[in-house]
Amino acid sequence: MSFQPVKFYQTGTFTVGNRLLAPEERSVQASAHRFNSLTSGHRACQGCGEALGARYAIDAAMEACHGQLIAANATGCLEVFTTPYPETSWQIPWMHSVFGNAAAVATGIAAALKVKGRKEVRVIAQGGDGGTTDIGFGCLSGMFERNDDVLYICYDNGGYMNTGVQRSSATPPAARTATTMAVGPEPGNPFGQGKFVPAIAMAHDIPYVATATVADLHDLEAKVRRAMELHGARYIHIFVPCPLGWGTDSSDTIRIARLAKETGLFPVFEAERGEVTAVLKIRKRTPVEDYLKPQKRFAHLFGEHPRSDTIARIQALADKNILKYGLLAEGG
Amino acid sequence: MVKPFAITLDPGSSLANHTGLWRSSRPVYVDRLPPCNNACPAGEDIQGWLFHAEGGDYEKAWRALVQNNPLPAVVGRVCYHPCEGACNRSQVDAPVSIHSVERFLGDEAIKRGWKFAPPPPASGKNVLVVGAGPSGLSAAYHLTRLGHAVTIHEAGPLAGGMMRFGIPKYRLPRAVLDAEVQRILDLGVTIKLNSKVANIAQSMKAGSFDAAFLAVGAHIGKRAFIPAGDATRIVDAVSVLQRMEGADLPELKLMLGRRVVVYGGGNTAMDVARTAKRLGASEAIIVYRRTREKMPAHDFEVEEALQEGVMIKWLSTIKQAGEGSITLEKMALDEKGFPQPTGEFETLGADSVVLALGQDVDLSLLDGVPGLEIKDGTVQVASNMMTGHPGIFAGGDMVPSERTVTVAIGHGKKAARHIDAWLRGNSYVPAPKHELAGFERLNTWYYTDAPKTVQPQLDIIRRRTTFEEVQGGLDETNALYEARRCLSCGNCFECDNCYGVCPDNAVIKLGPGKRFEFNYDYCKGCGVCVAECPCGAITMVDEDI
Repeated sequence: MSFQPVKFYQTGTFTVGNRLLAPEERSVQASAHRFNSLTSGHRACQGCGEALGARYAIDAAMEACHGQLIAANATGCLEVFTTPYPETSWQIPWMHSVFGNAAAVATGIAAALKVKGRKEVRVIAQGGDGGTTDIGFGCLSGMFERNDDVLYICYDNGGYMNTGVQRSSATPPAARTATTMAVGPEPGNPFGQGKFVPAIAMAHDIPYVATATVADLHDLEAKVRRAMELHGARYIHIFVPCPLGWGTDSSDTIRIARLAKETGLFPVFEAERGEVTAVLKIRKRTPVEDYLKPQKRFAHLFGEHPRSDTIARIQALADKNILKYGLLAEGG
Repeated sequence: MVKPFAITLDPGSSLANHTGLWRSSRPVYVDRLPPCNNACPAGEDIQGWLFHAEGGDYEKAWRALVQNNPLPAVVGRVCYHPCEGACNRSQVDAPVSIHSVERFLGDEAIKRGWKFAPPPPASGKNVLVVGAGPSGLSAAYHLTRLGHAVTIHEAGPLAGGMMRFGIPKYRLPRAVLDAEVQRILDLGVTIKLNSKVANIAQSMKAGSFDAAFLAVGAHIGKRAFIPAGDATRIVDAVSVLQRMEGADLPELKLMLGRRVVVYGGGNTAMDVARTAKRLGASEAIIVYRRTREKMPAHDFEVEEALQEGVMIKWLSTIKQAGEGSITLEKMALDEKGFPQPTGEFETLGADSVVLALGQDVDLSLLDGVPGLEIKDGTVQVASNMMTGHPGIFAGGDMVPSERTVTVAIGHGKKAARHIDAWLRGNSYVPAPKHELAGFERLNTWYYTDAPKTVQPQLDIIRRRTTFEEVQGGLDETNALYEARRCLSCGNCFECDNCYGVCPDNAVIKLGPGKRFEFNYDYCKGCGVCVAECPCGAITMVDEDI
């Protein structure tokens, strides 16, 4: 386990903090003195999972390196809503890059710091799934292969959201996007395409790969902390629901992320040097319908003519993950 | 100003951008009424005192508890805990064992010698309380804390009422009762024992009392007509339990004999059957005319009685009692659920029959008081606990209600508040109740599964033969564990969730004990904090647009 459950407290294991816990047992987010690396006034939609995930991750990284951090940011929602020139929500040294080269820019920053002998300053590259799994994939793979001293964080919301919800290679099967409309015999995004970048990152045998969701803060922070303990190329893939693109209620952001994990559709695990070292077990196994139904991008699977065949295929994907990563607790 | 290449504007912070303007509804912190508090007949703020117990501050917890109930060690033992029946945690795993934490706090207070805070300056008013049972003691305690001088007249030789003369020792050790009664008397309450009030109007006049609270209880055992021979020993349950406190125990044992039949299906029937067993009866048989489902006795009492070897004859009535045996008639439930005779008879060996058919109130002290309304043998009171006669209030078993210790304590508190208002010439208006914190308000994902602590129970052999307490107490470690199982329904317990999950940093953490505040300059009204609040202490309110 990447984090230690606190037993027999009202809520100590899963809530952000708890008045009964010692400060060191609380999350970074529970502190009144957290960095707020991504501060208020940003223009993300109501209930944005990416804004939340970015603050969780960067605050944890800032904590781990005592504020000595530079971030390179790929173009995407995260950049558009935080930094419409001339104002910014970032309270850290932060560098704009184009859509596809955040990994390469971060590599350059890391190289410059090495030349300058600034060992204490750490480098992060971050972007959405479009900038990571599609456009920036070449640069990312290169960064992995060279084992550059960069932590790359991908905020996966399954599509190009700020340009109008187009499909990316991280869009799940059957999801409706502007470019995969819910029409024809197989409505929505086709099955059998897309790619799971954490597995590809693991194939590079880099020091650390992890997945996380905005629904498990303690787990997410523990993974960022672990990544910051290591040097070389590291990759964290964070699942961040998008109320706009997915057609969910803005208040459901964390619930949807939780359901993605509890159904097994999004496996939460960590790996070192290409081997899985820990998985976050499912607490209460849930059928995929519970995850799909609240999302309008899957509305065509329900309604008057439910597509139980498609739902069954999605369930099969979840079951495969459960088996592959061993997501069920013993006896669960 | 010389700017770097290609830069024309100064960089600024997004804090200039008040995204709160986007909002169409806003989150607001609320306190909701926890179901346990709502169900408590004594009006305890259970969630409130558990909150302090969770932090390990037992004295603060006890002080919060006794704001409403001065007898926690007693109530923690004898209350049928409707709070636990309402507890939202029962839908997660099992309800919080509130009574065992209450008992722990009560015992802790006795052990550590905690005293009540001294009462405020005297109001100059005198109140007469008739009866030192739970209701009278509760009223005396609350009236004293409101500044009034209280004198209790008790007909019996000791204070406690049914807590002493009705509830067996194996459920309530007398040392516990004595300690809690003494603490109330130490507050400055005057008690006159062996002092039966024969006429309330005269007693009030003689003592120049400004108001009176009557809580004489219901001590007269109901009789049923059973054709019986001269030699048959028929007694009522109340007098059996009363005599347990007296000196004539050997006589009582002799009178009951070895085969005791108890007639009735309430908690008193259980108490008396279990008592008979402990006194050495080889057979203690309860005869009840209906079925177990219809039995008014609480399930755990029936269960414990059966464990101790008490036998129960369901669907039976006593037709006739002779010397050494009784005749039972079998009953059958009709379609409305009422027992009807079948004409089938059986004989049962019995040395004595104890009637546990309910109790009546001795209303003789009210003779000649104008304005009173007596109905079905009880005194009618208005919602302020006042009888038809101005200045005379009543509560406990002598008014129409459920007859339990906790209900009586609640009556005492309620009456005290109204008496106080009446003496001051105004009326007491209770604060409006918060909206109920139902289970649907909670986000139970956050509550770690933590099953209920089981209280230790006395060995079965000792239960059958001695009057030692059956239910053990919790020690500090498991009392703390149990307190921390509380979900804090409807009331913020500072878990930091709202502060953490806000995508807009729009929650301000005010520090320990001060909870949180929304920063409406930036709150976009997404509602994530409401959805992720474990205890349902935030609600969304529409903005005026």
